[in-house]
Amino acid sequence: MAALVYSLTALLGVGAATAGIAGMLGARWSLHIGWIVPLDGLALEMDALAGLFVGLVGAAAVPASLYAIGYAGRERRGALAYAVFVGAMLIVPLAGNVMTFVLAWELMSLASYVLVLDGARAGREPVASAHAGWVYAVMTHAGLACLLAGMLLLTAWTGSARFADWTVAGPTLSVGVRSLVWALLMLGFAAKAGGVPLHVWLPLAHPTAPSHVSALMSGVMIKLGVYGLLRASLDWLAPVVPWWGPMLLLVGTVSAVVGVLYAIVDRDLKRLLAFSSIDNVGIVLVGTGAALTFAAAALPSLALLALAAALYHVVNHAAFKSLLFMAAGSVQHGAGTRDMNALGGLIKRQPWTAACFLVGAIAIAGLPPLNGFVSEWLTFQVLLQNVVIPQPASNLVFALAIAGLALAAGLAVACFVKAFGITFLALPRSDGAAAAHDAPAIMRVAMVATACACAALALGASWIVPVLATVGATLIPGPTPVTVGAWLTLDVSKDFAALSVPAVALALGSGVLLPLVVLMVLRVRPRARRYETWSCGRLLQTSRMEYTATAFADPFTRVFDFFYRPVTRLDIDRHPESRFFVQRIRYENPTRFIVDEWLYAPLARVLRAAARRTAIVQSGSPNLYLAYVLAALLVLLMVA
Amino acid sequence: MDVVLLALLQAAAVALGAPLVVGTLRTLKARLVGRRGPAPWQPFRDLRKLFAKTPVVSDTTSWIFRVTPYVLVGSVVVAALATPLLSSRPPLAFAGIILLMSLFLLGTFFLALAGLDAGSAFGGMGSSREVAVAALAEPTVILAVFALALRANTTNLGGIVERVAAEPQLAINPAHLLAFVAFFIVMLAETGRLPVDNPATHLELTMIHEAMILEYSGRHLALVEWASAMKLLVFLALLANLFFPWGVPADITPLAMLLGLLALGVKLVVLAGALALLETAIAKLRLFRVPELLAGSFALGVLSVSAVFLFR
Repeated sequence: MAALVYSLTALLGVGAATAGIAGMLGARWSLHIGWIVPLDGLALEMDALAGLFVGLVGAAAVPASLYAIGYAGRERRGALAYAVFVGAMLIVPLAGNVMTFVLAWELMSLASYVLVLDGARAGREPVASAHAGWVYAVMTHAGLACLLAGMLLLTAWTGSARFADWTVAGPTLSVGVRSLVWALLMLGFAAKAGGVPLHVWLPLAHPTAPSHVSALMSGVMIKLGVYGLLRASLDWLAPVVPWWGPMLLLVGTVSAVVGVLYAIVDRDLKRLLAFSSIDNVGIVLVGTGAALTFAAAALPSLALLALAAALYHVVNHAAFKSLLFMAAGSVQHGAGTRDMNALGGLIKRQPWTAACFLVGAIAIAGLPPLNGFVSEWLTFQVLLQNVVIPQPASNLVFALAIAGLALAAGLAVACFVKAFGITFLALPRSDGAAAAHDAPAIMRVAMVATACACAALALGASWIVPVLATVGATLIPGPTPVTVGAWLTLDVSKDFAALSVPAVALALGSGVLLPLVVLMVLRVRPRARRYETWSCGRLLQTSRMEYTATAFADPFTRVFDFFYRPVTRLDIDRHPESRFFVQRIRYENPTRFIVDEWLYAPLARVLRAAARRTAIVQSGSPNLYLAYVLAALLVLLMVA
Repeated sequence: MDVVLLALLQAAAVALGAPLVVGTLRTLKARLVGRRGPAPWQPFRDLRKLFAKTPVVSDTTSWIFRVTPYVLVGSVVVAALATPLLSSRPPLAFAGIILLMSLFLLGTFFLALAGLDAGSAFGGMGSSREVAVAALAEPTVILAVFALALRANTTNLGGIVERVAAEPQLAINPAHLLAFVAFFIVMLAETGRLPVDNPATHLELTMIHEAMILEYSGRHLALVEWASAMKLLVFLALLANLFFPWGVPADITPLAMLLGLLALGVKLVVLAGALALLETAIAKLRLFRVPELLAGSFALGVLSVSAVFLFR
C-alpha cells in the first residue's frame, strides 16, 4: 500500500519535472478556481521561475520516492503525509495569490512536521526527537506569522491579494513601506531557508525525519525559502532597495561559515549533513545578495550572473544533498546507528553506498570535476567583479563575503573528508557497523541515479547556466552575462573568467590513467604484498587505535575555540582504598551553540516570564471569562 | 592536436623538472648548513629505487588507498597544465586560479582519505592536520588572487601574467607586494615546508604530510612523492610567473618556449635559494601556532585587497 503511494509520488515527480522544464523554457499557463476557498480562491500561475522550482521539486521527488519504497515501503505510517508534502511543495512556487500560497506553505510545513514526528517515534531517543519536532513547529510558525504579516500589509496597501497585482503596484509604493514588507517576508523566508540565526530548527528536524524525507527537506524544501526571497525581492517589491543586497550578503556569509563550523565538529552523520545545508544555503544567499546589490546599482548583467549562480547552486545542492542524505539513510539502515564514532569500515560492507557517498562528498566539498565546484566557482567569479560598484562600504561587504565563502569552502573539504573517512574507512568501531549490509536494489538505483545527476549537472554547465540566466532574465531584464566559447567553455562576463568542465574532466581522467599506463608499458608492476598496518610494533590492530570523528575535529575545536566555547567534563572514579587505582574515566568535551545560548535562551526566558504575568487573568472561573467576552464586545462596539 | 602536444610537453617538463627542483633545494640547504649533501638529481635515483620495490599494502585499507596516488598525480598534472609555465597560454588556457586551487584540494581530499584508510592513529593525525592547514590557507589564496584579478580585470592566469608584463610598474605597487607575501606563506603551508611542516623529519608527533603518507611504500610512495614535488614546482612557478612575469612569452613557438623555459629555470633557482635560506634560518612552529601564521597571511591578503580599493 505504502509502496503504491510512493510509486505514485514518483510518477507525480516525473510529471512535475516535465511541466517545470516546459515552464522554464517559456510555457505559461494559469488556473483560477474562485469558489473553492474565500479570499480570491485558488490561483496557480506558471512562469519561468516557478517552472524552475517546480521542476526541481519534481526531479528531486523521483529518486527520493524510489528510495522510500526500499526504505519504508512496508510501513504504512508516513506514506500519505509524504505524498501531501511533495504535492504542497509543488504548489508553493505556482501559487498566484496569498490564499493559495499560505495554504500550500502551511500544508508543506505541517506534512513535514508529521513526518519529523514519525521519524522521532521510530528513533532511539523519542523524547529528544519530539523536542526536535516541537522546535520545528515553533520556528516554522513564527516564520509563517512574519510572512502573513508581510503579505497582509502588502494586500492592504495594494488593495489586492493577487501576486500579479503586487508586481504592477510594487513600484508605486514608497521605499519605507517596501522595506518594511521586505524585512517581514525576509524573516519568514530566511527561517524556512535556514539562514543564521533562524536556523536552529534545521539541525534538529532534518536528522530526525526518515532519510527520504530529510533528502527532500534539505534538498528542496529549504530552497522554497530562497524561491520566496527571490519572488519577493525581484518581483513583488521591485525595484530593489540598496540595503537589501548587502543584508543578504552578510546573512549568507555568516550562515556559510557558521553552518560548516558546526558540521565539522558533529559526530551524527545526518546532523552533519543538516549543518552543511545551512552552509550551502549561505552560499545561495550570498549569490542572491550579490544579485540584489548589483540590481540596485543598475548593473543588470552582473545581477543576472549572480542570480544564475545562486539558482545553479540551488539545483546542485538539491542533487548532492539528496544523494548524501539517502546514503546516510542507507548507513543508518544497514549499521543501525548514525554516530560516526560507532561506524567505520563500511566501504567493505556497503560498497555501493560508499561510492555514492563519495561522489556526493566530492560534489559538496566543491572539488572538480563535479557540480558543487562549478557553482561555487561561478559564485566566486560574480563576487570578484564587485569592484565595478564604486562604493567602498559595499566593496568591503563583498570582500568579507569572498573571504567567508573561501573559508567555508576550505572547511567543507575538511568536513567531508571526516564524514566519508570516519564513516566508511578503516576498521568498524561497533558490532552494528561490522555486520552492516548494503542497501536493497531499489535504494541503490535511486542513489546511483542521483550520483549521475551530479556528474551531468557539472558536465552540462555550459548549457545549464545560460538557461538559468534566461530564467533570471524574466526577473532582471538585461544582456546575458554568459556565452559558450570554443572547447565548450563557459565564458563569464566576456573574458573575465572561463571554465570548461568537460575539458577539466577529460584532463583529469587522462591524468589519472597516464601513470597507470606508463607503469604498465614499462612493466613496473611488482605485486603488492598485503600486510597489517604499521603502528610502532604493537601486537594487534584494533579499532580503538583509529582516529574518531571527535579526534579528527580536534584541530578545529582548538583553532575556533572562541566560537565553539567547548566545556571539558572530566569524571574519574577511583578505587575507595587507593586513589591510584582508577576504575573508570569519563571525558566529555561538548561544544556549545552560542546562537542558542545568547539569543534563544534569553528570548525563551522573557516569553516564559511574560506568560506567567499574563496568567493572572486566567482564574478558571467561567463567570469571569464571560465578563471578559462582554468587556471585549463593549470595547469593540465603542471603537467601531 | 597542437593542444595535446603542448599538454604532453608541459606535463613532461613538470614531471622531469619537479624532482630536480626538490634535489636542488636539498643540495642548497645542505651547503648552507655546511654539509656536502647529495647531488641535485638524487630524487630521480630515489624514485627509481621506489618504483622497483614491492609495495606493502595494509589489510585494513580499501580501494581508496590504492587509487589515491593516481588521483593525486592526475590532479597535480592537470594543475600543471593550467599554469602558465613556458608561455602565458598554457594548454588549459581558460583556467583560473580557483580551478587550480580546487585541483590541489582534490588531491588533498584523497590523500587525507588514504591517511584515514589504514586505521592507524598516525594517518588520522596527519589527515586531520593536513585538512586543517589546507582549509585555513584557502581564504588567503582567494584574497591574494582577488587583489591580482582586480588589477588585471580577469581571473584567468595567462591574462594576469600578460597584464602585469605589459605594465611593469604594477609589480611594485603595494597590493601586488602584499599579495605576493601572502601567497608565499600559503605556498609554505600548502607544500608542507618549514615553518609549517618539516619535509625532512619523521618524528611522529610533529609531522603532518609525512604522517598522512606513512603507510605508502613502493611505487605508491614514489607517485605520492613525485606528486608532492610537482606541487612544489607548480607553486613556485606560479609565484615566479604571476608576480614577476618577465620572460614569459605570449606566443607558442619552439624558440619562445625554450626562452620561457630558461627564464623559468632562472626564477625557480632564485626562489629555491630563497626557500632554502628561509628553511635554514627558521625553526618549525608549534602545530597550534600555525593558524596564527596563516591568520597573519590572511591579514596581508585583506590588506592587499584594501590597498587596491585605496589606490585605484
